[in-house]
Amino acid sequence: MDYTLLFVQVINGVQLGLLLFLVASGLTLVFGILDFVNLAHGSIYMIGAFICASLTFYLGNFLLAVLVALPLTGLVGYAIERFVARKLYEKDHLDHVLGTFGLILVLDTSAHLIWGPEGISVPLPLWLDGQVEIFEGAVIPTFRLLIIATGLGVAGGLVWLVNYTRLGMLIRAGASNRTMVSALGIDIKTLFALVFALGSMMAGLAGMLISPITEASIGMGGQIIITAFVVIIVGGIGSMKGAFIAAIIIGLIDTLGRAFLDSLFELVMSENAAETAAPAVSAMMIYILMAVILAVRPQGLFPPKVR
Amino acid sequence: MNIIGKITIAGMLILAIVPPVLLLSGQAFYMDLATRLVILGIGAVSLNLILGFGGMVSFGHAAFIGLGAYAVGIPAYHATYGEFEMVASYNGLFHIALAVGFSALFALFTGAISLRTKGVYFIMITMAFGQMAYYFFLSLDVYGGDDGLTIDVRSELPLINLDSPMQLYGLSYVSLLIAMLLVNRIVNSRFGMVLQGTKGNAERMATLGYNTYYYQLLAYVISGAMCGYAGFLLGNFTTFISPDMMHWTRSGELMFMVILGGASTALGPILGSSLFILLEEILSSFTIYWHLPFGLLLILVVLFIRGGLMGLFKSKSGELK
Repeated sequence: MDYTLLFVQVINGVQLGLLLFLVASGLTLVFGILDFVNLAHGSIYMIGAFICASLTFYLGNFLLAVLVALPLTGLVGYAIERFVARKLYEKDHLDHVLGTFGLILVLDTSAHLIWGPEGISVPLPLWLDGQVEIFEGAVIPTFRLLIIATGLGVAGGLVWLVNYTRLGMLIRAGASNRTMVSALGIDIKTLFALVFALGSMMAGLAGMLISPITEASIGMGGQIIITAFVVIIVGGIGSMKGAFIAAIIIGLIDTLGRAFLDSLFELVMSENAAETAAPAVSAMMIYILMAVILAVRPQGLFPPKVR
Repeated sequence: MNIIGKITIAGMLILAIVPPVLLLSGQAFYMDLATRLVILGIGAVSLNLILGFGGMVSFGHAAFIGLGAYAVGIPAYHATYGEFEMVASYNGLFHIALAVGFSALFALFTGAISLRTKGVYFIMITMAFGQMAYYFFLSLDVYGGDDGLTIDVRSELPLINLDSPMQLYGLSYVSLLIAMLLVNRIVNSRFGMVLQGTKGNAERMATLGYNTYYYQLLAYVISGAMCGYAGFLLGNFTTFISPDMMHWTRSGELMFMVILGGASTALGPILGSSLFILLEEILSSFTIYWHLPFGLLLILVVLFIRGGLMGLFKSKSGELK
């Protein structure tokens, strides 16, 4: 076993996991409080990436672009909540799924109209574009470390926000009993809109962070949204802690599976068979994991106590 | 006969007469459209059994269509290019058996796990299983992977030649009729009553002594097998199959067809798939950005039309739901 490679892949897995957490936390927050299934969350992730890509060229600096793009993405999220999502809350989950599916078509085509069919690659500032040698042979791109730091920072910030602030207290109260919170004189509509915009900003941030590695492209939202849903299902829908742990687990499994499954398979089967089987199995691995976990715990790993 | 029954019969008569007449008058394009519509209609009818009548919102139904199509493509591929003598065959009956059998098995396996969950979990886990099938075929390089697989020779059935558009349409149409009758029989049987009762109030049915889990699982398997058969037809119609047929957006489209036409009605899924295919065809002839108005329409339907198109008819005729 090559331990240096293993180390590098674990870092990659953690980084993927933290990105997944950024997307999934918004999903689970919105679901936990609003009981709203938002398939279009992935499209907001894409829009964040595109806004940031445009701004990077306009402002000439990636980090500055992220700072400006964040509130803009929040605004997009707010507009979506105000004009579409809000009207869907009282309908059932099937309507949520169909309505936000329609929203995906609208948002993705709008992005196509505005930014064109080609993806946009985002240049990094020089000091972020380099690599860091952690120890002999283990070389990691600086930017990936920044993603990890940001992801951990946001996760910590969320814990603080939800557990130690007035807004967080209202969010938790709204999750357990909306009517009561509303009866106590809290403007529940504004609170919901805020939560939705916050979730959108986090999804957008994930899109911005990934765009220098892949690029901002139309299909990116559809790819991540399913994985993000797997994350919140495995973690228990509505649970922030569950989303974090599940995101890291799934990030690791996905990355390590793609990297090492073929050599693992070669131990038990011929090289040829391993080469065919490994990609198929590694692509399905997170779904297999989800199936196994749900077969044992239908409510996910950490179901919130309220629901 | 009530108005819904009349509309149903009128709709099915139109589908029986208009496309063949158009084909005979040289308009092959419309025949293509009608064939696709009828085949997807079978898929929508099968989804309606569990979504409309059973209250199980399956978001991975396109996987069954894909499984059915690959049940045609893979044996035909080996019959043409060798290897895997066991499955190599052009025999259509064998393809149907594979399509229905594998779909039923997949439904049994995924349903057994999915039905342990409820609500959003069920929606999401069925979607994830659909994606699992999608990624499985995506990474199968032998059968084209991402690029898909061309079916060189259509399934060979006794008496019917699938190379003839008219006969393929005839088979699809009759299959649709049978699927509708079958769902109708199931829904009105004792089994169907338990299923609908479970949709209304699962706890009450359980208290009455029914093991609702097995009723739902059986309905799920029947629906999956039926949809796999639609996949067999679709594979023979397009003669090209790719993992894209199983993508979760395809499942979303199937759901939209059912809801657009009206869930838990006999004709609803057909109306829905007809309108869906026609809209797709008309809008995409105007602009490459046709997804934009299409998406807006979808949102409007969800927000404002209760019970889909059939719901409109019902409220017009003053019938109570």
